[in-house]
Amino acid sequence: MASAAPHLIGGTTTATVPPARTGAEPLSLLPAEDLDTLLMIRHFELAVLELFSQGLLHGTTHTCLGQEYIPVALYALLDEGDYIFSNHRGHGHYLARFRDPHGLLAEIMGREGAVCHGVGGSQHIYRDRYLSTGVQGESLPVAAGVALHLRRAEPGRIAVVHIGDGTWGEGAVYEALNMAQLWRLPLLVVVENNKIAQSTPTERQMAGTIQARAAAFGIRYHHVTSHDVVQVRRELSDAIADIRTRPQPLVVEFSTHRVGPHSKGDDSRPAEVVRHAAARDWYHRYGERHPEQFAVADRNQRLAMAEVVREVQARPASRWEHS
Amino acid sequence: MTRPERVIGNLNRALHKLLDDDPRAYVVGEDIADPYGGAFKATRGLSDRHPERVISSPISEGGIVGVAAGLALTGNHPVVEMMFSDFAALAFDQLLNFASKSVSMYGRTVAMGMVVRCPTGGNRGYGPTHSQSLQKHFIGIPALSLHEMSPFHDNADVLTAMLSREQPCMLFEDKTLYTRGMHQGGVVDDLFRYELLDDPSRTARVFPVDCGDPDWIILAPGGLTERAVAAMRTLLLEEEVTCELLVPSRLYPFTVEPLLETVSRARRICVAEDSAADGTWGEMLAQQLHQHLWRRLARPVLLLSAQPSVIPTAAHLEHAVLLQATALRRALTEASQ
Repeated sequence: MASAAPHLIGGTTTATVPPARTGAEPLSLLPAEDLDTLLMIRHFELAVLELFSQGLLHGTTHTCLGQEYIPVALYALLDEGDYIFSNHRGHGHYLARFRDPHGLLAEIMGREGAVCHGVGGSQHIYRDRYLSTGVQGESLPVAAGVALHLRRAEPGRIAVVHIGDGTWGEGAVYEALNMAQLWRLPLLVVVENNKIAQSTPTERQMAGTIQARAAAFGIRYHHVTSHDVVQVRRELSDAIADIRTRPQPLVVEFSTHRVGPHSKGDDSRPAEVVRHAAARDWYHRYGERHPEQFAVADRNQRLAMAEVVREVQARPASRWEHS
Repeated sequence: MTRPERVIGNLNRALHKLLDDDPRAYVVGEDIADPYGGAFKATRGLSDRHPERVISSPISEGGIVGVAAGLALTGNHPVVEMMFSDFAALAFDQLLNFASKSVSMYGRTVAMGMVVRCPTGGNRGYGPTHSQSLQKHFIGIPALSLHEMSPFHDNADVLTAMLSREQPCMLFEDKTLYTRGMHQGGVVDDLFRYELLDDPSRTARVFPVDCGDPDWIILAPGGLTERAVAAMRTLLLEEEVTCELLVPSRLYPFTVEPLLETVSRARRICVAEDSAADGTWGEMLAQQLHQHLWRRLARPVLLLSAQPSVIPTAAHLEHAVLLQATALRRALTEASQ
């Protein structure tokens, strides 16, 4: 596979078009640890949907089926001193950082051992330097504030914030991008553009492009079309290293696919759109490309997740010492 | 004898002291940098002295309150200035759904020490979107405390008290107070004295010299102080009606229990405020007072607020909508019968 230098587009530099990738190139062989994390997230999300369908979960959830590779690829480039701000679709982010399906499932199920004692649930989680919250765009200014702190108190560390294509409808995004660039804050904005905001296709909720919006602030932008963990890391490692040493924001847009519903069984997309997303799903593509490694790892993770579900389900209800 | 320190000077000194003493303190806001020093000059001199931690921001109220929340989350003590408290509406999401929620929604207590300063209130002719007293819209949000500036409470103490709560606080600052003098040494004027009580709201008690149990207890936030004292003065001199005034530094959370001994000395109680009527702080207080004192009171708590109206710009119209000393006195006279 050809190595690609980071393709960075500043606001005033001329954009060159990167080699087109369809998200359908052969996926590289991964170390066992990476594949296990990918599959842990996949089977976690499938387990969550299954529990919902059985009426065993209370409330709501948003799975990241099809988007698992993003945090798995990205977090290898982070250290634990970096802050991560996740969003409503955050199970994959949490699991990629902590590999703790028990704590997360307990949180979603309100069982003992829950990361946040069952108070936060699926989309409000805080652990160490990882925080998720449920209002679109709200975490960008907060992450900018954290980046302001890091720049001064812990140079070299960055704040990472995950948003979707739909999040760009919120004004908070632009207030934060403006301040981040003005104040040269080490803020990595990870856009998971899955081409659909709940039920609204991107082209019906966004005028222009994310790239042009970043350029309007003079903020560096990088477009990731690959679904290949190795390739994504290769593309991003220099750019992320650079914002550590020369603090400034960076917008990375992933062209990705939401394989599952927005929430639970609420997918109103035309069948061919869902099929298109499924055809690009890393899960099947990796399985076809590396069948032997995949079959064993997939089976192991499926069984492990069944055991997680069984064990967590049997736990007593979580308790919250409300102050 | 030197002139008393002006309230704006006291506030400015408090911000200087905070930045001098606390290396984790920040001040963030629009147009706060020198030489301009903020729309009301509360931040004058701060950026020259602490350029790294005094940040003049774009016009982004929601954004800067979010930035403050991020600073608080990482252990800092940010103070954000809303140029006018009306603009805190633009930061409502950050205050309601992030900063205050974060204190408890992650299942454990997360320290979020931050202050949002809100130049508040009318009587200055700024019109409908620059004159409101919006305290009532922020009442009842778990882990969001509301405080109000007064000429009795040293602002350095108030800032310390707010930041030590380790949760988001709003400080409402009635704009007409800025140019007034701070009261010192327990003296308001020739007729009235004051003391600071030890209750959790750090209430200032203003009382006539040589007076036993008063006819009225008036509870009011700091911005009403001058109007309330003017009404109390006229009532005392012209009608021999005696009033005491209680001015809590912290408006919410507020519990009247620690003040029951003080308030139960009068059989008539009034709560005066400048919010538009209905759904107000005063109604919350009245409900608490009724719970405890229903049988002792000569009449229900008298609630006085601004009219339920936009705040007009023209002086005569604005004057009629907001609660003035004359209306306060008239209402107390009528309710004394």
